[in-house]
Order: sequence, then structure tokens, then C-alpha cells
Amino acid sequence: MSKILIRGAKVLGGEPQDVLIDGPVIEAVGSGLPAEGAEVVEADGKVLLPGLVDLHTHLREPGREDSETVLTGTRAAASGGYTAVFAMANTFPVADTAGVVEQVWRLGREHGYCDVQPIGAVTVGLEGRKLAELGAMHESAAGVTVFSDDGKCVDDAVIMRRALEYVKAFGGVVAQHAQEPRLTEGAEMNEGVVSAELGLGGWPAVAEESIIARDVLLAEHVGSRVHICHLSTAGSVEIVRWAKSRGIDVTAEVTPHHLLLTDELVRTYNPVYKVNPPLRTERDVHALREALADGTIDIVATDHAPHPHEDKDCEWAAAAMGMVGLETALSVVQETMVDTGLIDWAGVADRMSFKPAAIGQAQGHGRPVSAGEPANLTLVDTAYRGSVDPAGFASRSRNTPYEGRELPGRVTHTWLRGKATLVDGKLT
Amino acid sequence: MQRHLISAADLTRDDAVLILDTAEEMARVADRPIKKLPTLRGRTVVNLFFEDSTRTRISFEAAEKRLSADVINFSAKGSSVSKGESLKDTAQTLEAMGVDAVVIRHGASGAPYRLANSGWIDAAVINAGDGTHQHPTQALLDAFTMRRRLVGRDAGIGQDLSGRRITIVGDILHSRVARSNVDLLHTLGAQVTLVAPPTLVPVGVETWPCEVSYDLDSTLAKSDAVMMLRVQRERMNAAFFPTEREYSRRYGLDGDRMARMPEHAIVMHPGPMVRGMEITAEVADSERCTVVEQVANGVSIRMAVLYLLLGGNEPAVSHTRIEEK
Repeated sequence: MSKILIRGAKVLGGEPQDVLIDGPVIEAVGSGLPAEGAEVVEADGKVLLPGLVDLHTHLREPGREDSETVLTGTRAAASGGYTAVFAMANTFPVADTAGVVEQVWRLGREHGYCDVQPIGAVTVGLEGRKLAELGAMHESAAGVTVFSDDGKCVDDAVIMRRALEYVKAFGGVVAQHAQEPRLTEGAEMNEGVVSAELGLGGWPAVAEESIIARDVLLAEHVGSRVHICHLSTAGSVEIVRWAKSRGIDVTAEVTPHHLLLTDELVRTYNPVYKVNPPLRTERDVHALREALADGTIDIVATDHAPHPHEDKDCEWAAAAMGMVGLETALSVVQETMVDTGLIDWAGVADRMSFKPAAIGQAQGHGRPVSAGEPANLTLVDTAYRGSVDPAGFASRSRNTPYEGRELPGRVTHTWLRGKATLVDGKLT
Repeated sequence: MQRHLISAADLTRDDAVLILDTAEEMARVADRPIKKLPTLRGRTVVNLFFEDSTRTRISFEAAEKRLSADVINFSAKGSSVSKGESLKDTAQTLEAMGVDAVVIRHGASGAPYRLANSGWIDAAVINAGDGTHQHPTQALLDAFTMRRRLVGRDAGIGQDLSGRRITIVGDILHSRVARSNVDLLHTLGAQVTLVAPPTLVPVGVETWPCEVSYDLDSTLAKSDAVMMLRVQRERMNAAFFPTEREYSRRYGLDGDRMARMPEHAIVMHPGPMVRGMEITAEVADSERCTVVEQVANGVSIRMAVLYLLLGGNEPAVSHTRIEEK
């Protein structure tokens, strides 16, 4: 059956409408569309969004298949309502050559749960010294347009400047992991009141803010576009706001966990809260929410970072940094942004689909829900509330900070080019 | 009392005074010809040391043996830990051998908290120093020493340190001793002033229940006790201060400075001292310096903590008399 009729869905949170899918495209959007010859999905007032796009995912393959693979990661993505994810380059080997990015891209296509767009490393081996072959990765079958050494900062100002300039030749963008390395030696958590008490190495806000300030000025100087990964502090918000007011071509992302959690949680010394950049303060959380609402921060990106159990079931200092996020992102955004009245569902579509697709140039994603567009869609039961049970995750890893926490919203259906990848909350 | 001793901040005033009073009883045992109580006979305590610290380990071991506990010393060096075994596996291995209490010293802040709160083991956990976080028995032995010297051995029973002015000088940023002392001394009613160059004071200190000063000289005349902290070698080349000599001139305690302290005031140091750096030999060897007393008091305090966590509800010393009947 090639036709699907989604009946009574609140498209982007608006009045209930029917959406008719024919093969890989949306055939019609309207009221009382004919059900003949179509499989009917009763939406019953659920919200229909364009398929979500994550600009920041760690799929771990190749190299750390014990924590995630392209298959398990894309299943987690489909489960969370995503139809495209950008896979970060810090794999083993590093995605710094055409060969590695093509492998990751091809695995995503073969599995068919979610489009995988590899991100290429800016520098060889993420070492920050020598530019990787950015042009070759762009020209490969993977067609890389986003470059990042994420996990590490491109801290050398000259290398950063050259990368920003070089990718202009093919319309690429550099996504910076803003972390001044000297200021964060031995850093284990946000530097402030809590780190002072706990005796954990401080990760000061200025280590992020100083790099962002430098990079927006570099981008202005060379007339390039720069994207800031996982912005986490109130001060970073002010710098990006200033840069945008000056006309600098900068975009920024925030993670769901930085919209919800604070460094107070580190008092448990439970490494499930250990993440980079670290959880910040209540004041930062509020600044990030406001910035996402007013457009200073453009998008939500998960920084989905799977780790095996043993890397979190240990003392804080020995634990790995990162949290899984694909399967809880939309719920956290509903909790922090929609249910608080800061943005509506059209705003969610903007920040989790339209804009990330535009920044990353993901073809066929982040398109309006209208006739003739690719049928990349996600259906959300926004009335649902339930507690997070990691045992039910599709991801191979369980390192979520939300275990047992009650969150709103549940993705029930996801369609990738008209093919259902998630039906009634179950992966196909 | 709680089941574990992880942080000095977890102790109420009454808990702390009870520990100090119990330690006085324990100290009397040390004056007997046979310095041993049968209180923890048949109980097993492991000293699980992931960091070298001969002094603290020996102090705990002496306390455990005086209470007749069976003692296992586990040093991470040369053990399976250095081959990659996790803290969890090490702890579970020890517990499988029937350990009642774990005394843990670890380089990572929070390791004792994780050991006590992750469901890995059931034994009582006593923090013998974790990273730059806490060292609660050190703070207790320091408070014990202050109470004896400033209030009196007998007069001190049942008393706290209300109104006493304590100055702690040195590397506050990296010091678990400073953190534990600030918490405990505040709980006991003392006024604490931290003195250090600004580079060695943590960002976030403003919420601590104490004053902060960058000037040692201005605090000396209003101190009942001055506690000097060691400055570790690895700080020397990390731009926390220009040179050892400049540090010593600005923040070291010498005879001239000691002379400006009130007559009754004492000089303390958790050891090991770096003579010529934070403290001169003249001060270290003076009558007013309590370093050696602190070591002796450490055994009494650790006996009191072990007894109160493991020994039950009856008074420690009279309890033994009942058994002797």
C-alpha cells in the first residue's frame, strides 16, 4: 500500500487537518481527504511535525560499536522523531577522509531508518594542526558540508581562520566546539559554587565564551559562516546576540540537557550527569531558553553521546563525558519550551527541523508540510506524560540523565520519505 | 549519626560534639598500660588506599587495632587496580570477604560518596580523604585539638568552639583539609578566616560560611588558632604564585608573625610540613605548634568514629567494663 492518510493531525500545532502521503511525497494537505486506497492513521489531535533533524549526533561507528552503531543510532533517531542526523567525526578512525565519511553515509542509507549525513573533521585526527582534506570529503558521495572537530576545540586561531575561509569555496560551514583548552585542563564540571564545594576541577564559562568571541570576530573578518556547537552559558548567549546584531553570519545550537538540567545534580557524583560542556547554573538555563525562544540560538541539537555502562558505573573522575539524547529530545523541548509557553509547535518545527536542515544543507529535510514536499514527518502525542525508562531505548547505550523522570510527549509515528520507520511507538 | 562518614558537612553540632567527647574517652585508653578495647572484636575493617598516605593509613590502623578489629590493608599500588580493575569491582571483592567497614582514600573527589551510595556494597564507608573534596577525620582531629587547647581537656566535654577565631592559610583551592575544616568549624560555632593568594582560592568560595582574606598579617592578631597548609610541589610551576620565596614571604609563618598572635593562640598543621616554605623551623618546633599532638589526637578521633559507626549504642569505655565482668 503506497498511500497513507493521516487523519485529524494538528499540522505544526494548528487546526486538525488530513495529510495524504503518496509514495515518498505528500500528495495533499486539507480537510476531508479521501481515504480510498490508503492506509489510515488516526491522528486524533496529535501534532504533526516535519521530520526532526539533528545537527549533532555521535553514532560511534566505526570504532566504538560497543556503545552505538549506525543501525542502533538511527533506530534511536527514528524512535525520537528524527529523519536526518549529522554524525560527528570523532570516530576511530576519525572521519577525516572521504573513505570514512562515505562508509558512514552508506551505512545510514542501507539501514533506512534515518538519513545519516556525516560531518567531516576540520583537522587531521582532530589534532588541530593540519587541515583535513575538506574538499575531498565534500566531493565524496557523502557530500559533506559541515566540518567539526567536536570533542575538541579548533583552538589554534590560524587553523580556525583558514578552515572558515577554505570551506567558502563549496559553501561549507565549520561547527566549533568552543572550549579553550588551557582554561579547561583537569575540568570536570561547571566552575562555580558547586565545584568549589565538591572539589571537582572547574570548567569556567569564560573558556567557552572567549572562543565564541574570537570565532565570531574571525568569521566577520574573513566573511565566513560559523556554527557554534552546544552553547551552554548566559555569557555565550550575549556574545552571539551581539554578533548577530552586527550582521555576523553565526548560528548556534543548544542541547536539550542544557535547557533542563543544572550543576546542582553533580552533588550526587553520579557520572550520568557528566557531560561536555558541563551542566551550568539555573541562570544559564533560563538565558538559554530565552535565547532559543528569541532566535539568538537557532536550533536544538542533541549531542547524543552514547557510552557503555562501565564507563558511567564508576567514580566521577573515571567516567566518560556525554549523554544519550535522541529519544528524549522532543520531550525535553516540550517540557522546557512549549509547556512553559516560550514557543509553540511551529517554533519547535523551526528549531528542530527547518533551521538545522538549512544550516547543514540536508536535502529534502526541514521542508514545509505541504503538497509536493518529501514525506518526512513525525507525529507526536503531546498529551502523553510518562517516566523515562532507558530499558526501552533503541540506542545501544543507556546513559540518560532522565531515568525515572516524568516528561511530556511521545513520538508515535515517523515517516522517512513516506516509509514508516516508527508506528505506534514501535520501530518497523 | 549516619551510617557513613563522607563529609564533615554531614555532621550536626551534636554529632560532632559526641565524636569529640567519645574521642576524649578513647584518649584515656591510650594512657592505660594495655591500650586495647575489645569493642570491635570480630569485625573486619579494610583500609582501601588508592593514594599513598602512610600517615593517615597508620593512624586508622592504630585506631582499628586498639578497638580489636581485624584489619586488612589494601594499597592500590601493585594491585589489580593498577591493571585496570574498577573501584566497584575492588570494593565488591573486599565485601565478598566479609568486610564491615571500608576506610577509603582516593585521588578522585566523590569516590567515597559513590562507594557509599551506588548500591555496590553494604559496608560502612569512612572517607579518609578524597581528591580535593573532604577529609572529615582530619577536621575532627583538628577541632579536637583546638577544643583541648582553647577550652580545656575536661572543661571542653560537651562543648563546641563557639566564638573561637580560626585562620586557615595556604592552598585552599586544592585542599580537602580546608573544605572539611570550614564545614566542621562553622557547625561548631567558630569563626573561620581563609588566607591565601587569590589564585589559590576557589571561584565560588563566596557561599562558604567563612571570611576570605589575601593578607596574613592583618588576621594574626585576631586568631585563636592559625592552621598552615602545605603547598604542594606541583603548584610551584603552574603560575599560582611567582616563586617559592615570594609565597613564603607573603604567606609563610615565621617567628615574627607568630609573635603577633595572641599569647594563647596555637599554630596547627595537618602535615607533612614543608619547613622553610609555609612554616619556619622556629615555629614548627615551638611550644605553640600542635603538629605532634594532632597526630596523637588523630588516633583517638578515628577510634571514636569507628566505634560510633560500627560499635553500637553503648558507651565505648564502660561497655568494655561490662564485658570484662
